[in-house]
Amino acid sequence: MSKKPKYVPKRTPKIGSFSFVCLVAIGAIILSSIGDVAPSPQRIFEGIPRLTNLLGRMLPPNMEEEFIFRMFWVLIETMEIAIAGTFIGIFLSLPIAWFSAKGISPLGPFRWLIRGVVSLCRTIPDLVWALIFVSTVGLGAVAGTMTIVVDTLGFCGRFFAEAFEDTDPKAKQAIRTIGGNQWNIISSAIIPEAMPSLINTSLYALERAIRSSVVLGLVGAGGIGQELKVAFDLFQYKNASAIILAIFVIVMAMETLTDWLRKKVS
Amino acid sequence: MADFVPNEIDARFFRERASKHLAINVSGISKRYGAKQILTDINIQISEGERVALIGPNGAGKSTLLKCLVGQEIFDHGEIATLGTSLRAKQPVALLKNLRRSVGFVFQTHSLVGRLSALSNVVHGFMGERGSWRASTHHLAPYSWRLKALRSLGDVQLQDFCEQRVDELSGGQAQRVAIARAMVRDPRLLIADEPSASLDPAAGEDIMKLFSDLSQKNQTTLLFTTHDIQHARSYSDRIIALQQGKVFWTGPSNLFDPDLSAALFR
Ligand SMILES: Nc1ncnc2c1ncn2[C@@H]1O[C@H](COP(=O)(O)OP(=O)(O)OP(=O)(O)O)[C@@H](O)[C@H]1O
Ligand SMILES: [Mg+2]
Repeated sequence: MSKKPKYVPKRTPKIGSFSFVCLVAIGAIILSSIGDVAPSPQRIFEGIPRLTNLLGRMLPPNMEEEFIFRMFWVLIETMEIAIAGTFIGIFLSLPIAWFSAKGISPLGPFRWLIRGVVSLCRTIPDLVWALIFVSTVGLGAVAGTMTIVVDTLGFCGRFFAEAFEDTDPKAKQAIRTIGGNQWNIISSAIIPEAMPSLINTSLYALERAIRSSVVLGLVGAGGIGQELKVAFDLFQYKNASAIILAIFVIVMAMETLTDWLRKKVS
Repeated sequence: MADFVPNEIDARFFRERASKHLAINVSGISKRYGAKQILTDINIQISEGERVALIGPNGAGKSTLLKCLVGQEIFDHGEIATLGTSLRAKQPVALLKNLRRSVGFVFQTHSLVGRLSALSNVVHGFMGERGSWRASTHHLAPYSWRLKALRSLGDVQLQDFCEQRVDELSGGQAQRVAIARAMVRDPRLLIADEPSASLDPAAGEDIMKLFSDLSQKNQTTLLFTTHDIQHARSYSDRIIALQQGKVFWTGPSNLFDPDLSAALFR
């Protein structure tokens, strides 16, 4: 038997007075927020008849051949916005991630500039970007695609950079010791090691893009959202329900596809 | 004790070797990490073609010293000349292409790119050559590099595993891939940090024999660390023993006796 240890760490962490004040404050914020804006049971109860009324007017969804055919092409356009936007966004994210990753960026401390731009792309919501692009390049799908590009840039730019930073420093060190330069390190150690993460992030970016391309039309940036807005504005609820159904099918299909791809990759 | 007595021939052999060109000349180097002194006033001369074993307890500073020799770590005082390239104190870690081209380095932790095949990892050994972007993976590498890499893998009995991913190899197999990578360019100086540590006894012997043969055949200078005193005695001409960052003992391998061993590892 060895000697008894001098010090045994406590099971329960001690809580200081500052932490205690913080906890109380957080609790107060949560409670008062719920009190101010969460729906009261009464409001929900009163809403039920109106909801059933709306559902009644929506069903059955419009299944006229001519309408379905037109929606089909709008849906294709929506997917195109998502796919083109994601692809361009991923493509641009790679150099941006390289320039902003710690320990890899050739910019040294100036990589924070790139980081800042990426954060800007990410923190401004996609609908706001869509509004900006609609007023710069005009109504339609191009504005939508640009929105998706910027949105993907904000998302992939950050996570690609993290994937690059997370690669095993030992392998990089070894390539350097053998005589490799920065490019060699990127192509032979960083990219291969980060690949699963890059692919996962890209697939997730595609899912996000599909979801946001569906609503971009609400502000005039092309795609199925525009049709949805028109249907609601003109009280064509049967058209609206058909469109919602289509969106549901398309999003589900894409998620199944990306899930399957993810499994294939790992 | 009888077989530890120096014999005439060995002593002469050692002197002859020492009179030739120096592969490594370490004069008075010191290094500290923060407040901790790691290496203190180390002086080491290693001739070309010599086989030297560096031994000592855990934390003695063996790995650190080896890294200093190839300019992978900065040191605070003194000077090092490795294969004629001089490294000065506090000199930032540099590319040193010429030096790295003629040195093979086996790291204590194998430092391979796990997601790439064994063959690709060995091809990485050509980094720093002209057109080294083609060394990123074996798919891009020129025929001659692929061929040499395969031979090198053959030398460590891993030709059958050349297309297997390194993270799907056993620890010892991966270690042998790292050895193959270090040997692929026929280095003039081979530095190996515990090359046999994760190998089974037979494979360990094989690797040490391989190193010895190589040094005999090509006049490769060999510097390796090991915790296996038997390996150190049988596969080196000279032993350098480090203890707490200082040279504790150095001399012909057959003079390293159990008493010295006991004092070194006390
Ligand atoms: N990056 C580092 N930062 C701080 N201290 C370090 C660092 N690397 C090594 N050390 C310290 O330097 C000392 C020497 O380490 P080194 O790896 O050279 O020992 P070693 O002789 O190779 O030991 P082992 O036989 O266990 O491999 C150790 O005390 C270790 O804690
Ligand atoms: Mg070590």
